[in-house]
Amino acid sequence: MRSEGIRAIWAVLTVVGVILLFWYAASVPMNIKGVLTEFERAGQQVDPPKAVDRRDMSEFELVIDNPYAIDETWEQDRPRLPAPHQVAEELWETTVEKKITSKRSLIYHSWVTLSATMLGFAIGTGLGILLAVGIVHSRVMDLSVMPWAIVSQTIPIIALAPMIIVVLYSIGIQGIIPKAVISAYLSFFPVVVGMVKGLRSPDAMQLDLLRTYSASSSQGFWKLRLPASMPYLFTSLKIGIAASLVGAIVGELPTGAVAGLGARLLAGSYYGQTVQIWSALFAAAILAACLVGLLGMVERSVLKRMGMAQ
Amino acid sequence: MILVLGAVLLWLFGWWLNSRLASGPQANSRLVRFLAPLIFGLTIIGIWELFVRGLNVPLVILPAPSVIAVRFAGSLPILWVDFVQTIIKGALSGYIIGCFSAFLMAIAVDRWDFLRLGLLPVGNFVAALPIVGTAPILVMWFGFDWHSKAAVVVVMVFFPMLVNTVAGLREATVMQRDLMETYAATYWQSFLKLRLPAAMPFVFNGLKISTTLALIGAIVAEFFGSPTLGMGFRISTSVGQLSLDMVWAEIVVAALAGTAFYGLVAMIEKAVTFWHPSQRG
Repeated sequence: MRSEGIRAIWAVLTVVGVILLFWYAASVPMNIKGVLTEFERAGQQVDPPKAVDRRDMSEFELVIDNPYAIDETWEQDRPRLPAPHQVAEELWETTVEKKITSKRSLIYHSWVTLSATMLGFAIGTGLGILLAVGIVHSRVMDLSVMPWAIVSQTIPIIALAPMIIVVLYSIGIQGIIPKAVISAYLSFFPVVVGMVKGLRSPDAMQLDLLRTYSASSSQGFWKLRLPASMPYLFTSLKIGIAASLVGAIVGELPTGAVAGLGARLLAGSYYGQTVQIWSALFAAAILAACLVGLLGMVERSVLKRMGMAQ
Repeated sequence: MILVLGAVLLWLFGWWLNSRLASGPQANSRLVRFLAPLIFGLTIIGIWELFVRGLNVPLVILPAPSVIAVRFAGSLPILWVDFVQTIIKGALSGYIIGCFSAFLMAIAVDRWDFLRLGLLPVGNFVAALPIVGTAPILVMWFGFDWHSKAAVVVVMVFFPMLVNTVAGLREATVMQRDLMETYAATYWQSFLKLRLPAAMPFVFNGLKISTTLALIGAIVAEFFGSPTLGMGFRISTSVGQLSLDMVWAEIVVAALAGTAFYGLVAMIEKAVTFWHPSQRG
């Protein structure tokens, strides 16, 4: 078992290593044209010397003709594809070395996005669980609402995001609330669908047992249905929080928000600050990984306490 | 005020109708299962219409469904052009490329255990990330036209599809594999006749998840820059012009396209995995 674990770690490290190598290799042809243009402006000899001639040449040919430029492709200010260490440096500078109150600190921007995500996630999950309880207990709601909740999973409802931002802005609501609304409705439907499945997961035998105890329907809910739904709840919470984060990021795009990871992405793409885009992207990835990981830990400890862990 | 009252009455009537249907003798029939959500949906639209008219909600906050319907019918050519740009060119081509390459990758991952150990955790990790964030980068690389949208879609659908297919290819039991071995089946024979069919329910699960992701990717990527057509472009510019009826018309298109796309994949699934217990019922 132990050697299996070590082998898995080796395998993951190898794959990550290969990805990094590939990334470095890819940055050379991606950036070579920009580098050669810079060299030409600086008065250095490049081959071929005219930008017009270089434009239609393949990147690989240019790399072979100008091997001395390879180093520079990993050090550009605004590369088409920044090298991994550039992104890592930018991440380090904007998280550790900047004060967290600074407008250039990624921690500040992450916090702006995270707070909207968490608020929306809490609202969406709460309402989702309530609706799921309603659906399980009321035949009418099951028949009329549930099909729509399922259909909503096939619709790109995130397209509503720009409109929600602008409409709420026009009635005087701005800041964290509009983004939280988007996060809330994106996490709402997965939680409803998953939770209904979970609350229905006890089989007929278990329900019959409670009936022989003459348990009331609320006792049945608290003592059987709710505990049985926990694994399903956590699965949909993980989907929901990832969706919430995407919602908060997309919610920052349309108004040209000044703070938040989405705003960093947009500003980066306006001004061609690729390193900034990549570092914002990685910050979002790390945030998502932390949130999902945290839920996973809660899940494991809750299920263990309930004796449901495998 | 009368209209608002009418909305409340309509709500009560719709609820009463559905309660009757749900507790009636036909409650489990297909007809009721079809009618109840329909009545619910129509009631919501009716209430929406009455409230917007009754309270004089301005167009820039919430247009009435009738206004949206008129707009929808009146701008069919624009909607069609946007649909072709975003759904057919962007989402569909990215979906096909992404799902197909993930499928091939999954076969390789399944074949070599080392790849499975290494790539699957990475794939699981990436599948949970906010991948739409790659949109500005890909727009920068592939230009404003649909190629960059297709690229975003490829990245978005790749990992869910990969993870599902790999899980599916491991679905055949040891007993079944042993049986193939006793038949002296080669790797590819056992792959084509046993493991691939057994993987189909998982493959289709991945394909179904990917339909929604494809539309999300194609639409959101247009928020980062696009030529002057496309659904995401139309939504963001119409929001800017405060013509919300157009935004809603696009959202109706997105909803119809999403449901149809999913429905199509589900129909193919039904035809391919007719043997699976979930399709027999």
